Amino acid sequence: MSTSPETKEKIYVCRCEEITLEEIDEWIDRGYDTVDELKRVLRVGMGPCQGRGCQDIIMREIAKKTGKPITEVAPMRVRPPVKPVKIGLLADGGEK
Amino acid sequence: MDWKSSAEAVIIGAGIVGVSTAYYLAKHGVKDVVLVEKGTICSGSTGRCGAGIRAQWGTEMNCRLGIAALDIFEQLDDELGMSIGLNQGGYLLVAYTDEEKETLRKGMLLQNSLGIQSRQITLSEAREICPGLAAEDATGFFFHARDGHADPFLTTFAYLEAAKRLGVTCHRNTTCTGVTVRDGAVRGVETDKGPISAPIVINCAGAYSQDIAAMAGVELPNWAERHEILITEPVAAGVCPCMLMSFSGNYYIQQRPHGSIICGMSPDGRPEDHDNGTSWQFVEKMSRVLAKLLPRTRGIRVARQWSGQYDMTPDAQPVIGETDVKNFYHSTGYSGHGFMLAPVAGKILAQHITGGKPDIDFTMLDYRRFARGEHIMESNVV
Repeated sequence: MSTSPETKEKIYVCRCEEITLEEIDEWIDRGYDTVDELKRVLRVGMGPCQGRGCQDIIMREIAKKTGKPITEVAPMRVRPPVKPVKIGLLADGGEK
Repeated sequence: MDWKSSAEAVIIGAGIVGVSTAYYLAKHGVKDVVLVEKGTICSGSTGRCGAGIRAQWGTEMNCRLGIAALDIFEQLDDELGMSIGLNQGGYLLVAYTDEEKETLRKGMLLQNSLGIQSRQITLSEAREICPGLAAEDATGFFFHARDGHADPFLTTFAYLEAAKRLGVTCHRNTTCTGVTVRDGAVRGVETDKGPISAPIVINCAGAYSQDIAAMAGVELPNWAERHEILITEPVAAGVCPCMLMSFSGNYYIQQRPHGSIICGMSPDGRPEDHDNGTSWQFVEKMSRVLAKLLPRTRGIRVARQWSGQYDMTPDAQPVIGETDVKNFYHSTGYSGHGFMLAPVAGKILAQHITGGKPDIDFTMLDYRRFARGEHIMESNVV
């Protein structure tokens, strides 16, 4: 993946929330160099895929820009449910 | 970031209350402010909250704070130079008993006397505001159009970025381990990264405020109470255009501008801990409420659930003001309403600290009211 200034095309990192690499870099430059903070300010990883598509890319970008090894970049907290579940299904299940 | 070992003021906690207080202090001339945050920005209650903003309250103080906060929220995009995701779809309060309807009606009369234009509406009017609402079992509906919700993340980041431009510093991942007191006055804080000396220290630690207060020898009868919440996948607008809320029905439901529906309810009992755990029981219970109240949500998927802590006080009213330790202040105990009150809370405390006359006299929110038995009881809380 190229981040050179001559890249004209927008690179979408989070497809659920349509967030570009440029936006992520901008907020890392402001000092928000954690996945959690980028999630809060840009909604990356908050879509239906829950970060499955974008988290690794974001962690690599943080590591690259801060010079930290990727093992020191904390991933976001995994939140249930594992996959989106319909409200009707949840409402009808459980105790009768 | 370079460590700052001294400042004009230290604020403990970079949630919405801490950052708004920092911003207004800087705006009133106290620019050398250091925020100390044990986690990351918005990692506590603010980033976990239901995002609601309302002026429909049952006590005069909350009404005054609520409407003053709304006035600020309405021009915050311009003031801070960043969108805070404000959505004024109104709060629709639903009563299920005659007694509750009467309580809400009394609240409405109080609100009206203070310039808040809330009104009682019929079921068919409620259905125009919230199409598809199934509440035939309700006894009354109350609505205030200027209420609504904003993005707690964006609001916090917007305040912090604006505060930083005025000279405020923020030390993240820094835990306050002590409050330094000498001769009855605060002198600074101890942290796991080193000490910071400051003539003013403000405790904005939310659900951890009682622990911070104890470090200065001040007893605060607050506690952390766990509340659960969920969000759905984004869907087309109009599923729940207002904040739909009921105190006896025990729910609040809203749809964010990007389409996701956020909803929550109070827990059974009083889970008093700092554990942000989640339960399947909550998701089932909440789903049953949604399916009954807004039947067309049945086909919408739950994307995520989490929980956060209410920083509770014995009367569910905030604690704002100086303590028995000189220049050691509280701004905490918002009992689940810190996000919606933070803009005005930060402003009035900053006005007070910088020697001005606060827009709202908050003397009655002194923490010593609990010891005196002067609790301010609020009926309108979930």
